[in-house]
Amino acid sequence: MKISKEDVIHVAHLARLELDEAAVDKFSHQIGTILDYVDTLNRLDTTGVSPTSHAISLTNAFREDEIRKQLDLELALSNAPERDEGTFLVPRVIG
Amino acid sequence: MKLYELTISHAAALLGRQELTSQELTLAVLERIHAVEDRVGAFITLNDELAMAQAEIADKTLSEGKGTALTGIPLAIKDLICTQGVRTTCASRILENFIPPYDATVIKKLKATGAVLVGKVNMDEFAMGSSTENSAFKITHNPWDLSRIPGGSSGGSAAAVAADMCLGSLGSDTGGSIRQPASHCGVVGMKPTYGRVSRFGLVAFASSLDQIGPIAKDTRDCALLMNAISGYDPQDSTSVPEPVPDYTGFLNGDIKGLVAGIPREYHASKGLDPEVAQAVNRAIQTLQDLGVRCVDVSLPHTEYAVAAYYVIAPCEASSNLARYDGVKYGFRDKTAGTLMEMYRNTRSKGFGSEVQRRIILGTYSLSAGYYDAYYGKASQVRTLIMDDFTKAFQQCDILISPVAPTPAFAIGDNTDDPLTMYLSDVFTLSANLAGIPGMSVPCGFSTKGLPIGLQLMGPHFSEGNLLKTAYHFEQTTDFHKKKAIL
Repeated sequence: MKISKEDVIHVAHLARLELDEAAVDKFSHQIGTILDYVDTLNRLDTTGVSPTSHAISLTNAFREDEIRKQLDLELALSNAPERDEGTFLVPRVIG
Repeated sequence: MKLYELTISHAAALLGRQELTSQELTLAVLERIHAVEDRVGAFITLNDELAMAQAEIADKTLSEGKGTALTGIPLAIKDLICTQGVRTTCASRILENFIPPYDATVIKKLKATGAVLVGKVNMDEFAMGSSTENSAFKITHNPWDLSRIPGGSSGGSAAAVAADMCLGSLGSDTGGSIRQPASHCGVVGMKPTYGRVSRFGLVAFASSLDQIGPIAKDTRDCALLMNAISGYDPQDSTSVPEPVPDYTGFLNGDIKGLVAGIPREYHASKGLDPEVAQAVNRAIQTLQDLGVRCVDVSLPHTEYAVAAYYVIAPCEASSNLARYDGVKYGFRDKTAGTLMEMYRNTRSKGFGSEVQRRIILGTYSLSAGYYDAYYGKASQVRTLIMDDFTKAFQQCDILISPVAPTPAFAIGDNTDDPLTMYLSDVFTLSANLAGIPGMSVPCGFSTKGLPIGLQLMGPHFSEGNLLKTAYHFEQTTDFHKKKAIL
């Protein structure tokens, strides 16, 4: 098994996901199978090959730092699960 | 011919001559949707009233003689492209009630042409899937055989076009998500060059691979939609400031002497269904008869593409999807007492199984100690795959291959086996890794009557050559004219 149940639980925590036992079992098995397959990449010698993170060569897109119209407050808050006047509300952070 | 069966170009001619109004056309399309939606299940959100209002405005523009090719044309939009004031769900519980406060650039462009947007169509949740079965809301059925999948992730976009529930649609393609459903539903689909079409307002899955593109009833319509959506956008810093040609201008160009590469690794692929191989080989013969010169080429790293892709795409996804935390928009689990519980409960209840699987796979591949072995290695292999294409395009102008190894499979067949599902993307995802354009054009049917698509790929910004080849192919074949019977 390429990825243990403990690994799955640890990574799920990093990704802020909570899995029940059945999901941990299923994911460790399925992701293990996928990672075994991904290991075929190791058959390739990639010494000295530079990595590609982007298929089109890009230069930085600069613009003048000027004030532009943004979403107005009401629109920005219009999808808030919970709000209070001009702010988003979340559960208490500091006790 | 029924009004809803019209192509965009045909409808535009009638609208332009005022022999038809957009309101008549839109009403016919809406009635068609209501008649077949029970069976097809293409739509997540329908906008009857809004569409009729847009049609009324379009008719005014047309009566003043100010219409363009898409004015008054009813279109459907994949439900991961933001539409101001119209729910955009990504087929996910986590965005079930999300009403975007702005339009995506492609929507702004379509609205500027006076197009009518009839609704938002189904997809795999966050575009993760090849069958549209990962939608949190509904199953979409292939109009050619309702027991089969329409392909994915833009399954709703392709099924809606195939079932005449719109005259054309937009999808998105991260590893084949426009081309594969277009192939399975017998319609035309194009993934443009990376950077050709703005991604501003497209819900991000894997940012270095995602691209919006059209699905249409024929190649001319595909070119018309490309004209409308292409172009540089300062709001997408990865869009490319390359001039946008009139894509319909390529259609009648000469294809005699065009050199098409036949990538031997694709055609010798183990999982390739004999009926698909036969249809593709016949299409190659047809193109040769039209004067295309075919040459054998090699893309030697093809067998590593699926593995590289299924590291890179989940890595990017795990990072992109970190934003869904229940704070500013989307679903929030309100039973949680602490912030951490709120994050965890929101994401666990909001994301479906495939999305969680990819988040975990991506997070694992990027985590300390594994980054070089997985993401680093896959990014190097990506370079090798890109180099394969660069070398191939020194010998040929376009590449010809199948789109998918098999025709559409039955609903439920692959849902428990993610790797098998991933392997079915083998012919399409290399184009995303390399950023090159690709399209699917109907090239035959299986003995069971299921559509088969032909894939054309070319170097960056060679959409014109692909459209030209597809158009000439359509002129001597009638696969694209066949209709699913519903």
